[in-house]
Amino acid sequence: MDQTVLRGHTGTKNMISVSELSFSYNGAKRTILKDLALAIPQGVITAILGPNGSGKTTLLRLLLGVLRPQQGRILLAGRPQGSYPRRDMGKLVGLVPQDEHIPFDFSILEYVLLGRAPYLGTLATPGEDDYQAALDALRTTGLSGMGARPLPNLSGGERQLAVVARALAQQPRILLMDEPTAHLDLSNKGRLLTIMRDLVAQGVTLVLTTHDPNLAASVAGYAVLMRDGQVLHAGPPETTLTARKLSATYEVPVQVFQVDGRRIILLS
Amino acid sequence: MTAAQRAAALGGQSRAGWRAALRRRPTLILGLLFLLVLFLSLFVGRYPAPYWMSPATLWEDDMARQLVLKLRLPRILTACLLGMALSACGTVLQMIFRNPLVAPGLLGVSQGAAFGAALSIVFLGASGLLRQGIAALFACAGLALSYFLARRVRYGGWILRLILSGIAVSALFAAGVGLLKYLADPLTELPELVFWILGGLWGVTWTDFVYLLLPVIAGLIIVYLMRWRLNLLSLDDDTGFSLGASPGKERTLVLVAAVVATAAVISVAGVVGWIGLLIPHVARRLTGADAQRSLPAAILLGGMFALICDDLARTVLPGEIPLGILASFFGAILFMAMMLSKNIRLQR
Repeated sequence: MDQTVLRGHTGTKNMISVSELSFSYNGAKRTILKDLALAIPQGVITAILGPNGSGKTTLLRLLLGVLRPQQGRILLAGRPQGSYPRRDMGKLVGLVPQDEHIPFDFSILEYVLLGRAPYLGTLATPGEDDYQAALDALRTTGLSGMGARPLPNLSGGERQLAVVARALAQQPRILLMDEPTAHLDLSNKGRLLTIMRDLVAQGVTLVLTTHDPNLAASVAGYAVLMRDGQVLHAGPPETTLTARKLSATYEVPVQVFQVDGRRIILLS
Repeated sequence: MTAAQRAAALGGQSRAGWRAALRRRPTLILGLLFLLVLFLSLFVGRYPAPYWMSPATLWEDDMARQLVLKLRLPRILTACLLGMALSACGTVLQMIFRNPLVAPGLLGVSQGAAFGAALSIVFLGASGLLRQGIAALFACAGLALSYFLARRVRYGGWILRLILSGIAVSALFAAGVGLLKYLADPLTELPELVFWILGGLWGVTWTDFVYLLLPVIAGLIIVYLMRWRLNLLSLDDDTGFSLGASPGKERTLVLVAAVVATAAVISVAGVVGWIGLLIPHVARRLTGADAQRSLPAAILLGGMFALICDDLARTVLPGEIPLGILASFFGAILFMAMMLSKNIRLQR
C-alpha cells in the first residue's frame, strides 16, 4: 500500500481518517471491507474508483454513519464519528445518493427545503432562513424559478440537480456523492462539475465515487483506488491514476495519454 | 421574504380561483368548511321531522334540545374524531411506509381490531373500555404482524410485499372473526358483533366520546407537530439519516401515535373502511404532497367526510344504515373517480 494512504495529501489537514475498518452485512459471510485505511484531505475533491462490488458505496454509508463498522474507527474533522449527535452529523456530512427514490410528488422547493432538517427541531417547520438557503441552493444549481415544479415532471438531469440542491441547502462541511454524474448529459455534467469545484473552493470536502476514471482525472485533487474492500492506492491523480495501477485495479489493460496537459484514460 | 417574493421564486405564476386559494390557505379554508358542516350536522336528523330541524326548534322544544345535547352532539363529535384519526393514520402510514397504497384497512389494523372486539364480545361478554382495549391491542398486533411479515418476504418491491402481507394478515383475522361469528350466540352476541363489524356510531354517548378524546387528541397532536418531519421520513433511509434524522425512532413515534388514535376510534365505531386510504390522496391532490399542508388538510377532510357519512347514516332511512357501509360506498366511488382522473403514481 502507498505510504500516502496513511499520511494523506501532504500539507493539508485530513477531514476524514479511517483506520482498520472492517465491515460485513448482517449474517453475510462475505466481508465487504477488510482492514481498510484511508485519509481524505480537507477542501479537495476526492474520487473513489474501483470495480463493481469493491465496497465504494458501503464505504460512503459507513462514513455517513448509517452502517456501523464491526471493527475500526472513523474520525470526522478530528473527532470520532460516534461522538457527534445525530443533528450535528446532519450539519457535518451530506449525501447525494446514486438513485434516490421519492415516492410522493413534492415540488422542487418542498424537496430542497428538506435539506434544512439538521437545522430544525423535530417538531419545527422551516422558516425564513431555511427558505432563503433553499432558494440560494436553487440558484446555484440553475433551478431558479422552477421551485413549484413537481419532481416527477423533471428530466433525469434536472432531478439529479434537485438532489444536489437539497444537499447544498444542508450546507455540510463534507459532501458524499455516489456516482453523481451517472445519469447526466454533457451540459448537466458540466454544470455539476462547476458546482463541485465552487463548493471545494468554499472549503467543502467532497468525496465522490465514480466508474469514470476520466472524471476523476479531471476534477479530483485526490484519488483512491479500491478493490475487494481494500484501498490499493491513494494519492494525487498524477501518481494514482497511472496505467499500471488502473490496470491492476480493474484487471483489464488500461492506457493513459497526456493531451494538452490532461490525463485521458482509455481501455487498450 | 414576503409571500409575493416566495411566489416569484416558485415560478412567478399568480393563479386565481378556488383551487389556487385552497392551495395557498388549505387549513383555513378547510377549517371553515369543517366548522360549517359541524354546525349544520346539529340540525340534520329525524326528529322532530325527517332530515332537517329548524334552529328555532332548539329554543322552543325541550325534547329537541335534550336530543341534540345528549345524543346528537356526542355522536357528531365522535364522527369527527373517527374521520380525523383514520385519515391522519392513513397519511402517516403512507408516508412512513413510503407507499401511497397503504391504509389502516390494508395493513391488518382494522381486521385485527375487529378480531379483538369479536373475541371480547363472544368470550368475555365485555363491553366498553375492556372491549376497546382488546380491540386496540389486536389492531397494533395486526400492523406489527404485517410489517414483520413484509420484512421477511424475500421477493418483490417493498410496496408489493407490504400489501401482500397486509392482505394475508387481514385474511387471517377475518377467518378468526368468521369463526367467532359461527360460535357466537345468535340471539345476543351475534347481532352486537355484526353491528360492530359493519361499523357505526349509534348509541355513542358522552362517556364514549370522553374515553376517545385523550388517545385521539394526543395522537393527532403528536402527528400534527411532526407534519413537516413526515416528509423527511418518506425519503430513503440513507437520505433521511444524512439529514440528521433517526428514521427508525421517529417513524416508530409517529406510527405509535397514529395507530393508538386509530385503534381507539375503531374500538368505538367498529370497522369503517376507505377513509384512511382515500382521504390522504384527496388531501394531497388539493394541497400538494408536502405533509406540512396535506396532513392538516387530510385531518379536516377526514373529519368532514366521516361526519357527512354519519349524518346520512342516521338520517336517510328511518332505521340506521351502518356507517361502514356508507363510508365504503362513497369512498370507493370517489376513489374510482380519482383513479380515472389521474394516475396514482406507483413505483417499485
